[in-house]
Order: sequence, then C-alpha cells, then structure tokens
Amino acid sequence: MKCKNVISAGMVLGLQGFYTLNRFGSTALLGPMVALSLIKELGPVLSALMVTGRAGSAMTAEIGIMRITEQIDAIELMGLNPFRYLVVPRFLAGILAMPLLTAIFDVVGIFGGYLVGVKLLGIGEGTYFGEMANYVRIQDITEGIYKSVSFGVLISWVSCYKGYHVGFGAEGVSKATTQAVVLSSVLILFWDYVLTSALF
Amino acid sequence: MIEMENLYKSFEDLEVLKGVSLQVKRGEILGLIGGSGHGKTVILKHVAGLMRPDRGHVYIDGKDVYGLRGGELQELRSRLGFLFQSGALFSSLTVFDNVAFPLREKTRLGEEEIREKVITALEQVGLRGAEDKYPAQISGGMIKRTALARSVVRNPEIMLFDEPTTGLDPVIAHTILDLVKSIHKDLGFTGIIVSHELLRVFQTVQKVAMLHDGVILFVGTPEEIMASRDPVVQQFITEALPLRNFRQEEQLGRKE
Repeated sequence: MKCKNVISAGMVLGLQGFYTLNRFGSTALLGPMVALSLIKELGPVLSALMVTGRAGSAMTAEIGIMRITEQIDAIELMGLNPFRYLVVPRFLAGILAMPLLTAIFDVVGIFGGYLVGVKLLGIGEGTYFGEMANYVRIQDITEGIYKSVSFGVLISWVSCYKGYHVGFGAEGVSKATTQAVVLSSVLILFWDYVLTSALF
Repeated sequence: MIEMENLYKSFEDLEVLKGVSLQVKRGEILGLIGGSGHGKTVILKHVAGLMRPDRGHVYIDGKDVYGLRGGELQELRSRLGFLFQSGALFSSLTVFDNVAFPLREKTRLGEEEIREKVITALEQVGLRGAEDKYPAQISGGMIKRTALARSVVRNPEIMLFDEPTTGLDPVIAHTILDLVKSIHKDLGFTGIIVSHELLRVFQTVQKVAMLHDGVILFVGTPEEIMASRDPVVQQFITEALPLRNFRQEEQLGRKE
C-alpha cells in the first residue's frame, strides 16, 4: 500500500518535473530534480504524514483504550512506571523506523520517477542517474535523515500524549485519535519549515 | 493502617465526596456499602493515590499518600493489590502472562517459580486450563477471577476490592468471597471491599461502613449495622438483603 502510494508520488514528480524542465530545455536534470525533491523534502514529510495516519493514530487509540479500561492504572498500582512500558518503546520505534521508512520512500520514489522519465518519456538511463550522482550531496541526505528523525520524535510524542490524556469512553478515544493525527500533521509541516530554514 | 481524613471530591459541578473520614486497622477488612454512584469506587481510588482529593488526606501507616513522590509512591503501591471493577486485564497478554506480569516485573523470581505461583493462583480461582486464552476470549466472570488472581499473586499487605462479585453467578461469587476470606486468614492483609452482595460481604468483613450522599452514614460491625435504627441504613439493608426482606414480609403476614 505504502509502496504503491510512494511510486505514484515519484511518477507524478517525474511527469511534472519533465514538463516543467522541458520549458527550459533542461530535461536532463530530471534525475537530480526528482532525487533532491524526494530526499530533502517529500520523502521525510510524506512518509511522516503516512506514518501519522497509520502508526500515530494506532498509538493514540491503543494507549487511549488502555487508559479508559484502567490498564494504565493497573500498571501504576503495581508500583511500575507506565511510561517505561507504553511510551518509551513507541518513542524508540518512532526514532528508528522513521529514517528507515523515509529511505525506502526515497528509493521507491526515485524509481517511480525513473519509470516515467526514462521508460515513458525517453530520457537516457545514464542521464537520469548520472546527473543525480553529480548533484545530490551527502549533506542533502543527512538533512533528510535529520528531518525524519525529528518527525519520528514528534509523531510518537504527540500520539502518546494524546492517548495518555484521553477523555472518557469511546468518544474520548476517537477525539484523541483525530486530534493526534491533525496536530502531528500540522506540526510536521511547521517543523519542516523551521528545519529547512535552519539547515540551509 | 489506612486513615481517610475529611475527603472532599467534586467532578465538575457534581460533589461526590463531602467530608469522608474512615479508618481501617491493620489486618481488618472493611466492607464499604452504599448506593450506586455514591462514590465508593472514588474512595478506593483515593486510597490507592489514583485520584487526588479537592481537600483532605489519606494516610497509610501514617504517611500521607498525596505527599509521596516517585519512588516512595511506587514503593507504597508495591504493597498494594487492587481489583478493578472492570478487571483491567492487559488485553495484549494471555491469562497466564497477566497474572505473571507483576511477578516478572516486581520480583526476582525465576520463570519456574513464577510458573508455580501463577498456576497455584489460577487454580485457586478455578481458572486452570485457561492460561493461554486472551481476555477477549474469556467471559466477564473469568476476567474478574483472573484479575483477582493477579491482584493477590504478590501477597500484598493492603487489598482494595472494587465490586469483586458483580456480574458473577452466585456460586462463583460465593467462591470468590470465600477465597478472599481464606487469603485474609493466610496473609492477614488489610482490606476494603466495595460490594452490593451484603449477605456474603457481612460474613467476610470485620467492619462495615455505609456511604450515603457523599458522607459516611454508619460505621460498625455487620451485626451493628443490621440492628441500626437509622431509616436510610434500614431501607438500604432491607432492599439489599432479599432474605431479610422476605422474612420481614413473612412476619408481617403472620401478624396480619
């Protein structure tokens, strides 16, 4: 499912990029354009938004249900710290999984751009990848990694917080889940701007 | 051992506790009775430190529960067993793992010893054979019995039971209260039982307190509450004890 979405994103990027670059007679730069857009911006942001929708909402709902069914109270009453069992593993998972998923997103997206640019629109394979190697710097890749790690922190933090401080009953869980997804998405976009301006 | 001093608690505009003061001595079980929605569970949650009162204090062994921080509070809670009304089992763990959880996390016992203790606890509540089932696969009564096994498996000094028999058939309910009685005999824990099963609870506890409209209306032995002349206490006892109700009606019938 995720791969299908990602490959479509890469293909659209390839298509739009080709027609735009064609106006300036620079279609040879399609490879770097697709790669840089994905590595620096679309990869981290779109994968973070996808993870928010799939994993963030699940985190909030799961912790929220544990809260309303008194499972968190039960952990506390055993003299244990619920954060250790519920929040820390999800936080670590977010930090580890986000850069990995972003890397997959980037690779699959670049492949989508390749399908459209090379196979459909006739740019040379060597041009697509060769120019990419010339223009993409290691700093661009680390920038993408920084972004994805910080998005991982953000998604886990917001989702766990909203689940932990859920309201009452099923309605409370549904509200918390919606709020977690909306707040995470808004914060991802805002934080993306802050990081982009700070890292350039 | 447990001392509640002038507890007040409101939820938005609803004042639930209006100055509750109660004492439970070491080794004693107190039966907390009263109508639904009068705040019995709220009192238990205050004792466990899960809720903070608007005013008032709860002391356990002379220590103010709300004055304890971090490690101290965890230490106190390690000595406490709480049976939730809903059971509060971990839905992602099997019956066995639910009961083993506090042993694995709070003791240094080996897996073999844990297994023995868990199996014994499950046998006591009649759940041998259901070890590998998940909470979603068992009935409400089995959930409650698993929760009981989990709350007593570490032999706590203080036990708080929130309606341990609600939703169970009379035979199981009887077994559960018998079990509470026998564990109390073996371990001598200090406890509070919130329940509507007055007849059986009166046979289990040493002291009864009745909560009505946010205050403690009566504290005394089961015999004393049965003999109480307070009209509210009288009415509650009569309504809650069908046998006594039946006998009274029978006597009235004879007189007529």
